Amino acid sequence: MSVVFFVLTAMTLAGALAAVLLKNLVHCALSLTVAFAGLALLFLELDAQFVAFVQILVYVGAVAILVVFAILLTRSAETPKAGGVFSRTWLAGLSVAAAVFAVLGWAVLESTPWLPQTTEAPAADVGQIGEALMSRYVLPLEIVALLLTAALIGAVIVAMHEKDGAQ
Amino acid sequence: MLEKADQVFVLLLHWLVGYLPAAWRPASGVLLCVVAIIAVYPTLFALAVLLERKGLGRMQNRYGPNRVGPFGILQPVADGIKSLTKEDIVPFNADALVHFIAPLMLVVAVFMGFAVLPMGRNMVLVDLDASLLFFFAMGASTELSVFMAGWSSRNKYSLLGAMRAVAQMISYEVPLLLSTVGVVMITGSLSLVDIVDAQNRYTWGLAHWNVFKPWGLAGFAMFVIASMAETNRSPFDLPEGESEIVAGYFTEYSGFKFALFFLGEYVGMFGIAGLGTSLFLGGWSSPLAVLSWVPSWIWFFSKVMVWICFFIWVRGTMPRLRQDQLMNFAWKFVLPMTLLNLLVAAEWRFVADMWLRWIAGMVIVVGAYVLMGRVGMRREHFGPRTYRYAE
Amino acid sequence: MIGGASPLAGYLLVAALMFAIGLAGALTRRNAILVLIGIELMLNAANLNLIAFWRYGPHPEVLTGMMFAIFSIAVAAAEAAVGLGLVIQIHRHAKTVDVDQMNRMKG
Repeated sequence: MSVVFFVLTAMTLAGALAAVLLKNLVHCALSLTVAFAGLALLFLELDAQFVAFVQILVYVGAVAILVVFAILLTRSAETPKAGGVFSRTWLAGLSVAAAVFAVLGWAVLESTPWLPQTTEAPAADVGQIGEALMSRYVLPLEIVALLLTAALIGAVIVAMHEKDGAQ
Repeated sequence: MLEKADQVFVLLLHWLVGYLPAAWRPASGVLLCVVAIIAVYPTLFALAVLLERKGLGRMQNRYGPNRVGPFGILQPVADGIKSLTKEDIVPFNADALVHFIAPLMLVVAVFMGFAVLPMGRNMVLVDLDASLLFFFAMGASTELSVFMAGWSSRNKYSLLGAMRAVAQMISYEVPLLLSTVGVVMITGSLSLVDIVDAQNRYTWGLAHWNVFKPWGLAGFAMFVIASMAETNRSPFDLPEGESEIVAGYFTEYSGFKFALFFLGEYVGMFGIAGLGTSLFLGGWSSPLAVLSWVPSWIWFFSKVMVWICFFIWVRGTMPRLRQDQLMNFAWKFVLPMTLLNLLVAAEWRFVADMWLRWIAGMVIVVGAYVLMGRVGMRREHFGPRTYRYAE
Repeated sequence: MIGGASPLAGYLLVAALMFAIGLAGALTRRNAILVLIGIELMLNAANLNLIAFWRYGPHPEVLTGMMFAIFSIAVAAAEAAVGLGLVIQIHRHAKTVDVDQMNRMKG
């Protein structure tokens, strides 16, 4: 546990909290980006360089942009006039989340004595990751490729559908 | 002597760091490198701006800047002083915090990319295992700062410019990434240092640059197109088309923050030119074996400057594209070409016979270009122009 | 307590807290996009867990946790694209993205 870990944790959690608490949705999306970036730095702290860069490329470069596009297209940036930003059943939702955290935290703290203590950094260079992807994990890789293609086509169809009606 | 000239900056660094206690050496070495990068590229930026204004002026039959200093070469200094002393205006309705962060984020992300570029033999700040991925990750984070700038200004021109910029950068990031995959497939490494080293070999006195191979040539062409779009250069300068939307996403910026955007844009250009040089043009290696006595960093920086001159030339030559042309070009021509190029790279990797792989590679590249670029575009019939309003 | 014990416990607690924050956001906010943001946060918390277990687990050389994280990132990207596409489509139909008002199936 170093100072770096606590700083990064504070950054990530502050970003996450701001992402669900702020009123303006664009601010939420930007705080979400802070959380993603903090998480990428935590991955670096965990010696997972490749995953950290992929995290920045995919989340900061693509998902965050998608989210802000969706916010602007649905005009959600203006805060709603009545009723506030929280749902009517917010108390139930909050208690469920608190209960989940309590259970998870309890489980982690109870199992602390059995957690492994190794500290030397495992080696995982890009070559090894590539070989693993092409040998042991080739089936999941192909399935993910199929899934991404399906998602791409699906997104295009969802977006194209309305065009005919509008013209 | 010549080796000394080649390694002059490395030796200088070691000499400077040598005066410090041993415990400080690694950290201060990195710090010195960072300072050097932050000093060199803005200087090149000033040079490039002057070159661009003079060159464009010549192309358009006018003089360009010629008032400050002899032949106007002190113009960048005057511009710098002007932008530093101007009032910094933040619009009344603007989101002050986001408005403030956006240019800083852009500049930081753009400068981060230089950490992994090999600028000469042994001249790289960090030799990461996945440095190509790192560069693209940093490039991807500039998109968000562009959006932040446009959205926080509360100006419809800014927002339009930002949306255009983000859509364009996302669309061209895919071919930009895919055009480099061929190089990675052949080299078998994501490290830019390894990629440059693999090109630093000579047959019959000619270098093994990736651009001299069919997959490399096609990849290089696609990379150049995509990099122009990625850096919002003309003919892909819709995000800041001054005849349509004032200045795009940085309309509401003035003074030093505007200068930061300007700097970020040009330094981003240097970054992507440096990346393309490392991937396709052999980085710091010389084109001919007989010229390898020239210091490696001279090769790198002159290649980058030639690349910048090419950008300026294109800007002086091409008209701006329309939005639908831009998108059609990205998704219907550049992207399929890069995907086919992967096929060519795979063929190159697995066909052992020298002549067969040359011929097959050339056939696929030229055939795809003729089919998609020539025949496909001719079939395109242009109907009467229709207008769809945004809402 | 956290400082003295295994560093893994710290990462697991952070991931748990992040998961809880995401869950709370998904369950309490009215805007559908915010619900998606909450889901993204939860997925990211899971990724942190995977990477932490890979780093401190007994067999880091087989890269299981890292592969899980990479696939999870790819799936999450697809999920975000389709989810946001659906939100935009709902907005076109119902002119709202408020999940409290999406109650046409209510008996």
